[in-house]
Amino acid sequence: MNTAVDTAKREREAPYEGPLLDVRDLHVEFVTRDGVAKAVNGVDYSVSAGETLAVLGESGSGKSVTAQAIMGILDMPPARIPRGEIRFRGRDMLTMGKEERRKIRGQKIAMIFQDALSALNPVLSVGYQLGEMFRAHRGVSRAEAREKAVELMERVRIPAAKQRVNDYPHQFSGGMRQRIMIAMALALEPDLIIADEPTTALDVTVQAQVMDLLAELQAEYNMGLILITHDLGVVADVADKIAVMYAGRIVETAPVHELYARPAHPYTRGLLDSIPRLDQKGQELYAIKGLPPNLLRIPPGCAFNPRCPRAQDVCRAEVPDLFPVTEEDGTPLEGRGSACFFWKETLHDR
Amino acid sequence: MGSYVLRRVLQMIPVFFGTTLLIFVMVYSLPGDPVTALFGDKAADPAVVASIKHTYYLDQPIWKQYLHYMGNLFQGDFGTSFTGRPVSDIMADAFPVTIRLALMAFVFEMVLGLALGVLSGLKRGSIADTLVLILTLVVISIPVFVLAYIAQTVFATNLGWVTPTVQDSYDLTQLVLPATVLGSLSLAYVARLTRTSIGENLRADYIRTAVAKGLPRRTIISRHLLRNSLIPVVTFLGTDLGALMGGAIVTEGIFNVQGIGNVLYRAINQKEGPTVVGIVTVLVIVYLVASLLVDLLYAVLDPRIRYA
Amino acid sequence: MPDIHDEDSYEPHPKPGVSHLDYAGEQGMAVEQETLVERDPVKREEARSLWGDAWRDLRGRPIFLISAVLILLLVVMAIFPWAFTDTDPRKADLVNDYLRRPNWGDVFGGGWFGYDAQGRSIYARVIYGARASITVGIFVTAAVTVLGGLTGMVAGYFGGAVDAVVSRITDIFFGIPLLLGALVLLNAFATRTVWSVVIALGVLGWTQIARVMRGAVLTVKQADFVVAGRALGAGTGRLMFRHILPNAIAPVIVVATIALGGYIATEATLSFLGIGLQDPTISWGIDISSAQKVIRTAPYVLFFPAAALSVTVLAFIMLGDAVRDALDPKLR
Repeated sequence: MNTAVDTAKREREAPYEGPLLDVRDLHVEFVTRDGVAKAVNGVDYSVSAGETLAVLGESGSGKSVTAQAIMGILDMPPARIPRGEIRFRGRDMLTMGKEERRKIRGQKIAMIFQDALSALNPVLSVGYQLGEMFRAHRGVSRAEAREKAVELMERVRIPAAKQRVNDYPHQFSGGMRQRIMIAMALALEPDLIIADEPTTALDVTVQAQVMDLLAELQAEYNMGLILITHDLGVVADVADKIAVMYAGRIVETAPVHELYARPAHPYTRGLLDSIPRLDQKGQELYAIKGLPPNLLRIPPGCAFNPRCPRAQDVCRAEVPDLFPVTEEDGTPLEGRGSACFFWKETLHDR
Repeated sequence: MGSYVLRRVLQMIPVFFGTTLLIFVMVYSLPGDPVTALFGDKAADPAVVASIKHTYYLDQPIWKQYLHYMGNLFQGDFGTSFTGRPVSDIMADAFPVTIRLALMAFVFEMVLGLALGVLSGLKRGSIADTLVLILTLVVISIPVFVLAYIAQTVFATNLGWVTPTVQDSYDLTQLVLPATVLGSLSLAYVARLTRTSIGENLRADYIRTAVAKGLPRRTIISRHLLRNSLIPVVTFLGTDLGALMGGAIVTEGIFNVQGIGNVLYRAINQKEGPTVVGIVTVLVIVYLVASLLVDLLYAVLDPRIRYA
Repeated sequence: MPDIHDEDSYEPHPKPGVSHLDYAGEQGMAVEQETLVERDPVKREEARSLWGDAWRDLRGRPIFLISAVLILLLVVMAIFPWAFTDTDPRKADLVNDYLRRPNWGDVFGGGWFGYDAQGRSIYARVIYGARASITVGIFVTAAVTVLGGLTGMVAGYFGGAVDAVVSRITDIFFGIPLLLGALVLLNAFATRTVWSVVIALGVLGWTQIARVMRGAVLTVKQADFVVAGRALGAGTGRLMFRHILPNAIAPVIVVATIALGGYIATEATLSFLGIGLQDPTISWGIDISSAQKVIRTAPYVLFFPAAALSVTVLAFIMLGDAVRDALDPKLR
């Protein structure tokens, strides 16, 4: 197809060493009638080409807001970003001009939304909405855009793409619609894709197909992927590393399998324990007590302390940093961190 | 599509007969004898009254009168007024005037209403938005006859730009002021509806998607926002043309425009049954056809509507 | 009721005003919280109830407060007009110059707004005119809400053939423009009072409410709690009035409040055209109509009743707007 063109395009760009995306100390607030809701309170994470970062958390944990801040699609106001950096290939996007920022969206960083039915425009054909990427960013003709749209639909394995290109979103099944969302994100072969709960709205069997397709295409194009989810099951197979968020902060980071095997934060621990397991059939399922905090009034100290079985006085007084996690003998564990004063006890399960 | 249209037309038939019957009953079977009223204060000769009643079928039971009327209507005969003039003649004189008036009002409300609505919808919370909101609220609150007086006082009495009343109803320039007054209420509704619709759509997920796609702002507004936001406005405008014609009674009266509103008002006061029924029947047909067209247009604009 | 909401510090979700966050979070929430979090459903239900939220929202809206105060004042004026003026509104005070300009110093006095062409106090007539407008507005609205509400409920609840017949009947009445129909109907009354106007507008005006109610009932009927109620053997009446009605009434209230202002305007228009209220009933519409003759020399004769009418209509439309915004969070 046009692989030659794309290779040429990639070569023209200055080679960049280091992570594709680097988020540093990001803060996002929402000004509401009842006060300022602190949705994101100092998030750091990075993603490299070909890497998959899973961001895990409940709603209100700030995972989606972080993603929207990266995309630059927060409504400001009521949202505002008082502090932080979002570096893409080394350049802080928060200080860029509007037009420069716009050109990154869709071309360099693309996003896949949770509910494809509402995320696609109901009154425009899917062919138009796919082709629009090429028309807006590449200036191709209407006819050529339509051809590209068919190509994209074939690439995400939508049957009879040629016949269905003029259909409207509501005429597709949920799984097919999510494939169209993926095709739209892939259209201009971006460096980074942010997928916000891409499979939550789908049936379980379709979930797996869509996840597999996404992983396969990511590998093929060597893209970075940020996978935002609340579902521990989705994460396990595809992610390289995980960041767990709670009340707008990252409370634990770890390579995916280590997190499952040995969590180093009581919140992660609670999440894992509340998954039903076959070997515990008949026992009562564990549930984290209490409710997630009101973002207008985040408790002092560690935000998780009112719900934490290990909470001590220090947890109510001080906000824990993301401590590096080590083995008992002090051997550092690569890529692991926990924002808990008692990470050692949690890690070694006492 | 074909079967949908057919079904809608079939639904219209009972509504047409029902509405015309209702208006027929209201005009002919309510107290107040039109024929006696014809003679004013003079005592009527019972023989003459009986003969007039016979000519106009008024001595028959109401359902017979109605069937008789409908039979004639389908042959294009709207009956004869008590003054002896065919109702179709009266309407042929008056309808062109009202249609012009209503069309002018329609263009005015559409162009200005949409412009104001889009402006305030896109600039929510701005001074322009607040102004549009206050202005439309004021226009909605002031009854049209008061508005007509204000317009008359300002533009005719104070500024002297126009004559207070219309001298020649076929002169389009003289109809500008009455048309503006007639269209002002709908203008306010169009502006508010557009504003609300834009506000709702601005927050829709697909607009967020369009932003995430990196589309230029003007593409997002023209292709995604306006297209979707105007669907409810178009349907309002569609039914409003008929409403403007029916609502012209007050405006035509104050500005002395010789359209159906004026004719209808006189006819109601004089209990001129045939004229009232004739004009209202035409208005009902206009309304029914307009709502059918709006339904079809809606289906064209919004692909989610299925022709089930 | 609203206090519960304020005290509830464990609100799991911030309300970030207008934001995509609403959409992003809400859907996942049910699933997640079920697995992760214990919650007290009763408490949450109360805290998040539509009416509690709406009331809390309304109290903070200046538009609501202004219109509520205005309406309260108008209602008091309608019930106790004599508390606002000592002057008899029907007394023709024909001194040498019967058409007298407003005397601004004569606050609350008969000459405050001047005298009309028959030498009657305009101020007193403005005060006494409130009764006709408010009565017509409130009673027509009550009539159309009951009539239209029941019709819409029956059509929406029973569906099928019942719906088809009732909906066609609604269409038939909807096809007649309100003002035209009212003119024809009222023309049949030899003497017309407030109640004849109420009947005419009530008979012709119920269709909008019926359509809104039908739509709302159709939506609510699908809800799980209605299905559950039916499965548990609740009778038709109980389902209709205990389960469906409270959940379908919100859009009806909004439409009815806004329409109230419209009925007041329609009454004035009818009276203005000479087919509405008649002397000796005092109506702003009649006064505006009779001011026509002197509009060039004495515009104040037109101004005061016109202003009173417009402010009254405005108050009800503003109230309706505020209630709609409060009840329909989508539009916020």
